[in-house]
Amino acid sequence: MSSPVIAQGSKVAGPSSQTSMLLLLLKMRTFVALILVFAFFAIAAPNFLTGANMLIISKHVALNALLAIGMTFVIVSGGIDLSVGSIVGLCAMVAGWLVLYGIDLQIGWSLQLNTLEICLIVAVVGVFIGLINGLLITKLNVAPFIATLGTLYVARGAALLFSDGRTFPNLAGNPDYGSDTFRVIGSGTLFGFPVSVWIMVVVALAAAYLATRTPLGRHIYAVGGNERGAALSGVNVDRIKIFVYMFSGFCAALVGLIIASQLQASHPATGETFELNAIAAAVLGGTSMSGGRGRIGGTIVGAFVIGILADGLIMMGVSSFWQTVIKGLVIIAAVVVDQVQQKLQSRVVLQSQA
Amino acid sequence: MSETHPIGLTIRSGSKIYPGTQALKNVDFDLRMGAVNVLVGENGAGKSTLMKVIAGVEQLNGGAITLEGKPVVFADRTDAARHGVGIVFQELNLFPNLTVTENIFVGHEKTIGGIHIDRAAQRAVAAALMKRLEQDIDPDTLLGSLRIGQQQIVEIAKALAENARILILDEPTSALSAAEVEVLFRVIGDLKRQGVGIVYISHRLEELIRIGDYITVLRDGVITGARSMEGVDIPWIVSNMIGSASKEFPKTENHALGEEVFRVEEISLPSPAGGYVVDHMSLSVRAGEIVGLYGLMGAGRSELLECIMAQHPASTGKLFIGGEHVRERSVSGRIRRGLALIPEDRKRDGLVQIMSIRENLTLSSLGDFTRGFHLSLKAEAAKAVEFVKRMAIKIASLEHPVSSLSGGNQQKVVIGKALMTGPRILLMDEPSRGIDIGAKAEIFRTMRKLAADGLGILFVTSDLEEVLALSDRILVMANGRLTGDFPAGAAAADVISAATPNLNKVKST
Repeated sequence: MSSPVIAQGSKVAGPSSQTSMLLLLLKMRTFVALILVFAFFAIAAPNFLTGANMLIISKHVALNALLAIGMTFVIVSGGIDLSVGSIVGLCAMVAGWLVLYGIDLQIGWSLQLNTLEICLIVAVVGVFIGLINGLLITKLNVAPFIATLGTLYVARGAALLFSDGRTFPNLAGNPDYGSDTFRVIGSGTLFGFPVSVWIMVVVALAAAYLATRTPLGRHIYAVGGNERGAALSGVNVDRIKIFVYMFSGFCAALVGLIIASQLQASHPATGETFELNAIAAAVLGGTSMSGGRGRIGGTIVGAFVIGILADGLIMMGVSSFWQTVIKGLVIIAAVVVDQVQQKLQSRVVLQSQA
Repeated sequence: MSETHPIGLTIRSGSKIYPGTQALKNVDFDLRMGAVNVLVGENGAGKSTLMKVIAGVEQLNGGAITLEGKPVVFADRTDAARHGVGIVFQELNLFPNLTVTENIFVGHEKTIGGIHIDRAAQRAVAAALMKRLEQDIDPDTLLGSLRIGQQQIVEIAKALAENARILILDEPTSALSAAEVEVLFRVIGDLKRQGVGIVYISHRLEELIRIGDYITVLRDGVITGARSMEGVDIPWIVSNMIGSASKEFPKTENHALGEEVFRVEEISLPSPAGGYVVDHMSLSVRAGEIVGLYGLMGAGRSELLECIMAQHPASTGKLFIGGEHVRERSVSGRIRRGLALIPEDRKRDGLVQIMSIRENLTLSSLGDFTRGFHLSLKAEAAKAVEFVKRMAIKIASLEHPVSSLSGGNQQKVVIGKALMTGPRILLMDEPSRGIDIGAKAEIFRTMRKLAADGLGILFVTSDLEEVLALSDRILVMANGRLTGDFPAGAAAADVISAATPNLNKVKST
């Protein structure tokens, strides 16, 4: 079978095959990390491999992955969105309010809504906050970090104001208004998988398509890579930036809906520090904080690594304090490995050209 | 000759490999002290690499460096600076947010006790350096508020402040006005007398012959000629650089000019300091015409092009393409109407460095490959291949990052990107800046060909020879205003005097 041609080929590749293997491993590092983490808990944590547990983990991951998808676009465009956690909280409260009370028309009547209408309104709220972020950043020239830090506070405050800090309980909905299906978003299943996971899959596929196969996606990368250059090439930089924040707000609104539906209650503190997990997933998946580089697939894998790590450690009974430490170490390690990979990669290119 | 100019630094069989190219192949180089050692070669010939090796920015993959007889290895730039090697990069490495003094002393601040910066001492040295360099620059000025030419002088002062025994100047005159060049040459003469060994890199051949004592010509990483400057002339340099006789300027092909295709009326851009950067400029370009816009640094030429390309919301005035008023205020709108700009600064404005060659080429024309939302990568790649061929861009793969290309090929990508939008008017800002002779000639030929195909071209240049040789018509700008309008074949002296209308006034004061 081993023809001389193949033997010759392997000879040529010989000296660098070790490094190229290493490079391949590093390139796939998030995926490798995912497999390692998965294998570790499969052995170390009892009941980890059960179907029920898999479903629970995937539901947890879906939430962070959704936020991280929106975050990836924002970071690739050269920005950052700190407000997503608060948008989740506000949107959950809006959803809760709409399910419980509908819209009060101030004339002794109230407008009751069905599930689809509620979802649409909540989505509009999320997108609207994203729009405000985008306008602040483009038209008023506020740094993304500051603009979204501001909306983080404003949206969280608004969520608390909605209920005076209380929780909206019993969001079962009302069959008469067609809102009894609200709980399906969070707890329903389709073909054996939770609806929330399906939402994540659909959004991820759409986002990956957007990133690689549409002018809009290309423009996002161009803006992150060189804003001036993109502008002079005819890219409407402001519109691109506004879009990514609106999309991020939309993703956050979805998460708010899912959580309110899952818990059948909405609490104004929902989503606190979610933005940090989303950033972590994007970075773990290879998104560069300086913009221009990052992929949706990488981000999804990154979200799974974080999710499995968190749930696995809980199942092993590791204290939550240690969990936090471990999560931090994993993120730092990911970025360090990223640097090593880039150095190694340029060296391999050098060798191949020597 | 060699006795009066002792060899200070030598490189023996130096090799350097980069991703994409072997930049130096077994190079032997002698650097003579108290003399100007000129390095010349096309872009990508390896002169920048050689210079970076001497300055410790890059390390050789093979070969050895000796400094005053002793073998040395420079770990990095600071290490080289400790050995007395200073460098002034073509792309300035300065901090616009710091003062001139702070810039000069960055990294080697004068301190008291290692902690407290001795501001007074630093300012005194900076002021002395500015005086030595004949510059009327207050050491406390923020660097960002200086003109590019002045910033270059600050960069040189920075190297001098480190007591450089060997000073490398990479294209030091590319951003300087004629007067500033004279100052620089006086400074160089001064340094020579003090025994400083100068490595001088430039694309301006007349300049090299004038200032150089020794010349080293590089081609594709190999030294093709090294000798004393005596008896060297431009044909000798060019033949060593590109292996054939000069081909810099193509012959003007005679073709009939068409109708007026582009006109601007009363374009103005107010200056934040009062007055106008662009002062009620009006001009027109006919189809098939190459209009050269000549002027000195700061004359407002680049700003005019930027106004035309919708980069200054504060600008006023009217644009007409083919007689129709252009009302679009967005870049994409103006590109759609048939305008395309080749910016002056490729790195900053022309390209997205981390994107691939394909993605850069098609960035302005993605709409052509899109149906609804869907971007056809196949159609995009086909178009990119077509333009790589048409522009004769030398690449290994469309998917390599554009940053892996040499300057000339990067410029071709920028031009290819502009042409892909199917423009009627091409605005080119210093299209040959920082490009080697071979690529320059190709770009000039391309401009000629495009004009023959009916495109109107408005190009900005600071190179007199270039504007005289290439233009069908020469416009001259000074202080934001149009100060001259000459037909092809105008006398150089007339063009120069139009570019410096208040020369006499400056001299008398």
